[in-house]
Amino acid sequence: MAASETLTAVPKIGIRKLTKVFGEPPREVTALQNIDLDIYDNEFVTLVGASGCGKSTLLRIIGGLDHNTDGEINVRGKPVQGPGADRAMVFQHYSLYPWLRVMENIRFCRSLKANRKDITSSDVEAASGRSDALLELMGLRSMADAWPNQLSGGMQQRVAIARALMPKPEVLLMDEPFGALDAQTREVMHDLILHVFTLERATIVFVTHDVEEAIYLGQRVVVLAPRPGRIDSIYQVPLPAKRHQDMKHIPEFLALKRAIVGRIRETSGMKTDLDLLDRL
Amino acid sequence: MSQRRYWMFAIAGLVVPLAAWWILSSLGLVSKIFLPGPVDVYKRAVVWASRDKLLSDASISIYRVSVGWLLSAVIAIPLGVLIGTFRPVQALLEPLTDFIRYMPAVAFIPLVMLWIGIDEGSKIAIIFIGTVFQMVLMVAEDVRRVPTTQIEAAQTMGASRGEIIQLVLLPAAKPALVDTMRITMGWAWTYLVVAELVAANSGLGYAILKAQRFLQTDKIFAGIIIIGLIGLITDQIFRWIHRTAFPWLHLKR
Repeated sequence: MAASETLTAVPKIGIRKLTKVFGEPPREVTALQNIDLDIYDNEFVTLVGASGCGKSTLLRIIGGLDHNTDGEINVRGKPVQGPGADRAMVFQHYSLYPWLRVMENIRFCRSLKANRKDITSSDVEAASGRSDALLELMGLRSMADAWPNQLSGGMQQRVAIARALMPKPEVLLMDEPFGALDAQTREVMHDLILHVFTLERATIVFVTHDVEEAIYLGQRVVVLAPRPGRIDSIYQVPLPAKRHQDMKHIPEFLALKRAIVGRIRETSGMKTDLDLLDRL
Repeated sequence: MSQRRYWMFAIAGLVVPLAAWWILSSLGLVSKIFLPGPVDVYKRAVVWASRDKLLSDASISIYRVSVGWLLSAVIAIPLGVLIGTFRPVQALLEPLTDFIRYMPAVAFIPLVMLWIGIDEGSKIAIIFIGTVFQMVLMVAEDVRRVPTTQIEAAQTMGASRGEIIQLVLLPAAKPALVDTMRITMGWAWTYLVVAELVAANSGLGYAILKAQRFLQTDKIFAGIIIIGLIGLITDQIFRWIHRTAFPWLHLKR
C-alpha cells in the first residue's frame, strides 16, 4: 500500500495541530481546530465537507493567503510564510485578467520577477514551449487570442488551470474550481484534470462540496466537519489510478459515496433538518 | 434592440423636447423675455460668435475646466490608489476626505479670493476644490472593487506588492477610472460656471451672468446650450477612449 511506503518520507505538505480562529473574543469563531494532515508528493487529495467546515480556509492557509492562528504548516519541510509561486491556486471564478488575451493570461507569471530569476535564453524558449503545450493540453489552441469574456465558464477555468500550471508549481490548490459549471462540462473537466495530474506529476489539493467529485478525482478523501472545523475522517479511494466515468456506478464507489455522505450529514447538523422533513 | 432602432429613439429623445420648446415659444403664451424660441437663441449664438467673442469665452472656460480638472486628477489618482490599496493610508486619509467633500465648494469662493485673488488661479482653484475630494474617494472605490481573486491569483504566482499594483490593480481598475474621470469632468463644468458667475470678466459663465443684467434671455439660453454641447462632446471623447483602450469590454456578441 502506497501510504505505508511514504510514511517515512518527508511529506510535501505537513500540517500539525493547526488552528485558525477568526475574529477576537468574545465573538471569535474557530474555523479550524487541531488539524493534522500529511499530503505526499504526487498525491491527489480532495477535501470535502458541509459549508462552514473550513475546507476552503485550510486550502487558503496552505496557499499562504490566510494565516493559521496556531500550529504548524510546512511545505517541503519549510514553514509557510505567505503566498508563493510554488503553490498555485485555481479559484471558483473571476480570477482571469479580462484585459489580457488567453495566451497572455497563461504567460502572466513570466512578467513577475519571482519567475524571472536567472533566466537564460533556453529557459525563455522552454517557457514559450510550455505555454504552447499547456494551451494544447487544455484544448484552447484556437482560443489563444480570445478575450476571457468571450469564453464559456468551462473554458475560462481551463485557462485558469493552464495559468496556474505555467510556473510549474510544486502544489496545485483548487478551491471548488468547477462549482459554477454545469454537470456535463464538469465531467469533461474532471477527466481533463486527471489527465493533467498524470502528465504534470503535480501534487493536487482539491476542495469541493460534491462528494462524487471528491471520490472520482481523489486518491484520498478528507472529510471535514464544522463548528469547529476539524478532520472527521479520511478515506482511501479503492479505485485504480486511471479513472473512468463508468466507475461512478460500481459498488465500491457507491458504498464509499454513501459512507461519506453519511458522515457529512452526521456532522453537519443537517440530520435534524432531515428528521424534521420526515415528520412533515 | 437593433442599432437603427437605438438611434431612432436617441434622435427622438433630442428632437421631441426641442419641438416642444419651439411650439411653446411660438404660441406666444410666454413673453420672449422669459422664454425665447430656438430660432432666437440660434440667431443670438451666431451674433455672439461673429460680432462678440464666443470663441474666446468658450476657450477660456475650456482652459479653466481642463487645468482644474487635470490638477485634480494628478493629485486624486495616486492618492485614491493608495487609499484603495493600503489600509493604513485609508485610515489616515479617508475620514478627512469624506469630511471635506461634504463642505460645499462654493462656500470656499470667498476664502479662495482672499488667498489667491481674482485672477485665473482662483477659478482653477474652485474647480480643483470642487472635484478633487470626490475624485479621491471614487478612485479609491474603483481600486477596491477589483476582484480579490484576481489579486490572490497573482499572489499565488509569486507577485510582489509593487507588481500587484502595477500588473493587476491598475489595469483592472483602469476602465472604471476612465469612467470616474468622465463623470468628474461634468462636475468640473458645474464649478466653472459657479466660479465665473462670482469672480470673472471672461468665459461662458461670465457671459451668461452679463446677459442676465441686460435681460438677453436668448443669450443665457445660448450659453447654457453651448456648455451642454461642449459637455456632450467631451463625454463622447471619453466614451471613444473607453471603447478604444478597453476593447474586451465592448465586444459584439
